[in-house]
Amino acid sequence: MATRQTRTLARFMMAPSILLLLVWMIVPLAMTLWFSFQNYNLLNPANVSFAGLFNYQYFYTDPAFFQSIANTLILVGGVLLITVVGGILLALLLDQPIFGQGIVRILVISPFFVMPPVAALVWKNMIMHPGYGVLADVARFFGATPIDWFAQHPLLSIVIIVAWQWLPFATLILLTALQSLDGEQKEAAEMDGAGFLDRFRYLTLPHLARAITVVILIQTIFLLGVYAEILVTTNGGPGYASTNLAFLIYRTALLGYDVGGASAGGVIAVILANVVAIFLMRAVGRNLDR
Amino acid sequence: MARRVSTGSRIGWTIAAWAVALLIFFPILYAVLTSFKTEAEAIAGISLIPSGTFENYIEVQSQRDYFKPFMNSVVIAVGSTILALLVAIPAAWSMAFSPTRRTKDILMWMLSTKMMPAVAVLVPIYLLFRDWSLLDTRLGLTVMLMLINLPIVVWMLYTYFREIPGEILEAARMDGASLLGEIVYVLTPMAVPGIASTMLLNIILAWNESFWTIRLSTTNAAPLTAFIASFSSPQGLFWAKLSAASTLAIAPILIMGWFSQRQLVRGLTFGAVK
Repeated sequence: MATRQTRTLARFMMAPSILLLLVWMIVPLAMTLWFSFQNYNLLNPANVSFAGLFNYQYFYTDPAFFQSIANTLILVGGVLLITVVGGILLALLLDQPIFGQGIVRILVISPFFVMPPVAALVWKNMIMHPGYGVLADVARFFGATPIDWFAQHPLLSIVIIVAWQWLPFATLILLTALQSLDGEQKEAAEMDGAGFLDRFRYLTLPHLARAITVVILIQTIFLLGVYAEILVTTNGGPGYASTNLAFLIYRTALLGYDVGGASAGGVIAVILANVVAIFLMRAVGRNLDR
Repeated sequence: MARRVSTGSRIGWTIAAWAVALLIFFPILYAVLTSFKTEAEAIAGISLIPSGTFENYIEVQSQRDYFKPFMNSVVIAVGSTILALLVAIPAAWSMAFSPTRRTKDILMWMLSTKMMPAVAVLVPIYLLFRDWSLLDTRLGLTVMLMLINLPIVVWMLYTYFREIPGEILEAARMDGASLLGEIVYVLTPMAVPGIASTMLLNIILAWNESFWTIRLSTTNAAPLTAFIASFSSPQGLFWAKLSAASTLAIAPILIMGWFSQRQLVRGLTFGAVK
């Protein structure tokens, strides 16, 4: 059907998108790679020299590096655990016959639309504040000592805030998948005498497997880059207790003015993200064939 | 599909679902309520009934010039979305209607650019923006957000366009429609809902983007994300004003979000879950 003319036209129509993304991908990445082998400090920009692998070595031997990697993994893992398990339970709950389902859905999905600085500051000041926060009030009501969340459990506090932001996303996607489950299958299973747990294990969970995979992979991409939530709450502290890799690179680059060091960290972040990306592309790519 | 359930169990599920939903929504509700309290009330323990003052909203404008970051957010979010659509519509169009063997690879490659961690290119982007005097400009942020969201826009449009049946095109061709006529009179009307959904989701994403908008702006072009983040520096307690600013910042996008739940699932999972 496609004539040569339409094929040429098609190429022409795709060109701007492809060129823009090509430049966007290659130029900054190439610069990051180049800088990572240079001694380059913004405070002394005249004195740039080849550094070999020094920046990598520097980044690698910095104790903050390992802590930030560990924090990144705890942050991503913790939020994934909460949102996937919580998301499945919530989706099952919302799939039940309830009055006002539309409004309930709206309430549950809302946190996802709250911009990260607002989410983090509302939690920090109004919910988790050790003196005036809601949780402190509740603790005092039960005669307990309020927890100073950001001083005592900085990373956990950030996990909670980020999980609150992403739980709606997981719930919405899992609920959408749940609702596409064939009602007749459910009824047949019920008639065969399968209990709730059996139905969940052998019918619902396999049906949700694909949606769960998608939730995990997409969230991981975003969670590796959590930044604003840390910036406005703990600023990475105390010490490096709540610094993830993204925040460490930002610190090195714009607070330490160390272009070379930050770039070496950037290259490491790219490698980390790529490992995840490979899995995501496989999952999404398979869908394209169907 | 309709399962018969007793009213009793239905009421039970309803109470459970509402309780959980209100718990999740509570921080937002509490911020909105706090925005109508005085600063003294705001730190005086849990109270769900504010005194109903509009003082905070007035002061956020008069003291912090709220309107400026708000307009920056509007210009940057809408501008980047329109730019992305202009570039993406032709691409998604040709991929959906004249696919080649490489179309799938191109789509996957576009998606892969989204995987690049922003922080990895912070240094070069910051230096380029500095050298090109794009730091703290609306133009710089608009272009930035356009590039970030372009892959999602192409993907979303592609999944919508692909659902337009090809037979309609053939029928139009048989009737002697030219290529241009085909696009303007036949396809465009069918594509409008998909384009509108894509636009909505992309405005939401751009509005809430909180890495580049905070790092690449200081005052002039600072959108609401950067404006709100500036409240984190402790200069005394002003939670009521923070709440008023927060409420204003999230209200428009919250409402848009409520209308785009379905499209959100589709857009953010790249069509893998519908």
